[in-house]
Amino acid sequence: MSVSLCEHVRMRSARQDDFILTTNNLTKEFKGFVAVNAVGLKVRRGEIHALIGPNGAGKTTCFNLLTKFLEPTHGTIHFNGIDITHEKSAQIARRGVVRSFQISAVFPHLSVLENVRIALQRGLGTSFHFWKSERTLEVLNERAMSLLTDVGLQEYAQMIAVEMPYGRKRALEIATTLALEPELMLLDEPTQGMGHEDVERVMQLIKKVSANRTILMVEHNMKVVAGISDTITVLARGAVLAEGDYATVAADPQVIEAYMGTEQTEAVAH
Amino acid sequence: MKMPKIHFGYLTLFVALLFAPFIVYPVLMMKVMCFALFACAFNLLLGYTGLLSFGHAVFLGTGAYVTGHVLKEWGWPTELGLLAGTLSASVLGLVIGALAIRRQGIYFAMVTLALAQMVYFLFVQAPFTGGEDGLQGIPRGTLLGVVDLADDQSLYYFVLAICVGAFWLIHRTIHSPFGQILKAVRENEARVVSLGFDVAKYKLVAFVLSATLAGLAGATKVLVFKFATLTDAHWHTSGEVVLMTLLGGMGTAFGPVVGAGVIISLQSELADKVGSLVTVIMGGIFVVCVLAFRRGIVGEASALYQRITGR
Ligand SMILES: Nc1ncnc2c1ncn2[C@@H]1O[C@H](COP(=O)(O)OP(=O)(O)OP(=O)(O)O)[C@@H](O)[C@H]1O
Ligand SMILES: [Mg+2]
Repeated sequence: MSVSLCEHVRMRSARQDDFILTTNNLTKEFKGFVAVNAVGLKVRRGEIHALIGPNGAGKTTCFNLLTKFLEPTHGTIHFNGIDITHEKSAQIARRGVVRSFQISAVFPHLSVLENVRIALQRGLGTSFHFWKSERTLEVLNERAMSLLTDVGLQEYAQMIAVEMPYGRKRALEIATTLALEPELMLLDEPTQGMGHEDVERVMQLIKKVSANRTILMVEHNMKVVAGISDTITVLARGAVLAEGDYATVAADPQVIEAYMGTEQTEAVAH
Repeated sequence: MKMPKIHFGYLTLFVALLFAPFIVYPVLMMKVMCFALFACAFNLLLGYTGLLSFGHAVFLGTGAYVTGHVLKEWGWPTELGLLAGTLSASVLGLVIGALAIRRQGIYFAMVTLALAQMVYFLFVQAPFTGGEDGLQGIPRGTLLGVVDLADDQSLYYFVLAICVGAFWLIHRTIHSPFGQILKAVRENEARVVSLGFDVAKYKLVAFVLSATLAGLAGATKVLVFKFATLTDAHWHTSGEVVLMTLLGGMGTAFGPVVGAGVIISLQSELADKVGSLVTVIMGGIFVVCVLAFRRGIVGEASALYQRITGR
């Protein structure tokens, strides 16, 4: 597909205010403690949007609100202009907002292939058929294998998920998430706890899969954030501190201060 | 490589079961089979969905009472009687399941226990159960109006057919598209939700299936013993099925059968020798099982087998 420069520019400008996900005044209180405070998030379609902030800033809580794993105390969430504030988690996933988890979330005692197949099964419409043989799922193997190939796990297909090294499990999670062809992918620290090479590989993978979708990711690794994200939102103590591209955000004195604070506490903690 | 071996094992067992009533007392064998079915039904929930129901005896009891009642008081044919008992357990399973699956973990177990106790109390009070006396002298009837089930040998083969059929259904369920989702729920429920599945519905279907098969076990048991009593629905029985499943190996297809076999034979062997001490012995077995071999007999055996052949 070739897009003329003129068209490209027009698309770019159309995108400027084409938001796939917006939140308004999103707030979560835990017994008086405000974990997420009046967050107004705007995620532009087609971008890789990073959500960063010190430990305990409320990033994961934010994800839990967006996917309704937690009920917001106040505020609204719109996806593609539709109010999804009161929808259930599974319903939101079916709309095309699929998340990963901060701690690795594979099905440990299923094979790698089966892990991906679980996600593909929904499309088959036989998920309640307890009288059918699981062999009827084999029609999904080809698609599952091609997803595994995309994330470089094709040789591991028959392995039991729990036996894979950590970095590969994260890749498996991404393959499982991709199986649903989500319009918006929420990744919670996809490179956490990974070795140097794995980080590089997952970063390239995210870049690759972002081609025709939007990605919102929580990420601590600044190399990854600087490397692939288009827009960055900085959260601190539940509220938005700054927003913009990497250069803007990195130069913001408030952001520097927030991070200096935690770097010191982290140094103490370690 | 593994599958044919397992199939061969099942075939051997089946042949053994065909000849068993010539060697072992058929009523004892039938009792073992009924409890094996009950435990397999329970294992579908605990072992394959990760839900611990602590009120499963109420489905066994419902199957028993309803079948007993329609056979004795209304003179229904045996097949319809079994069907009535089984379906009543399904309906009760739907109600209790719908209320309980909203809760997780220990709360789920507590809700099932509480609801089962409520139904138990109804059984104590309701006239149709015969209260403390239970239902006595329930006729076994005939099979399709031809085979007289009053004969223990004939009944044995009928019960065997029911249990084999139910075991096949459980096997099918575990190895079905639905079974895949259940296993995924057991492994990581939140992840299944995040993939867009309405987990509650899957749990409910599993619960109803399990209750139905537990009801079938109760209904079959009534034919064997010709009576239904409060014991069937008592929480002791709910505890016993947990013990059978854990002892045999939860999450293994055949574990609950082994567990039921061991517990029932022990009970019948020991009952006249040690009297009420049998409860203490069961408790002891439970403790040893939980502390020393968590995977249960079948689980440990297959792990051992894999270790030996793996090297
Ligand atoms: N269920 C809960 N109940 C009470 N407090 C909670 C709950 N979940 C999170 N919190 C609190 O909310 C705050 C934000 O937590 P959250 O997990 O969102 O942080 P985060 O930005 O993801 O941090 P990290 O970088 O460490 O993952 C923390 O102080 C946490 O203790
Ligand atoms: Mg977090």
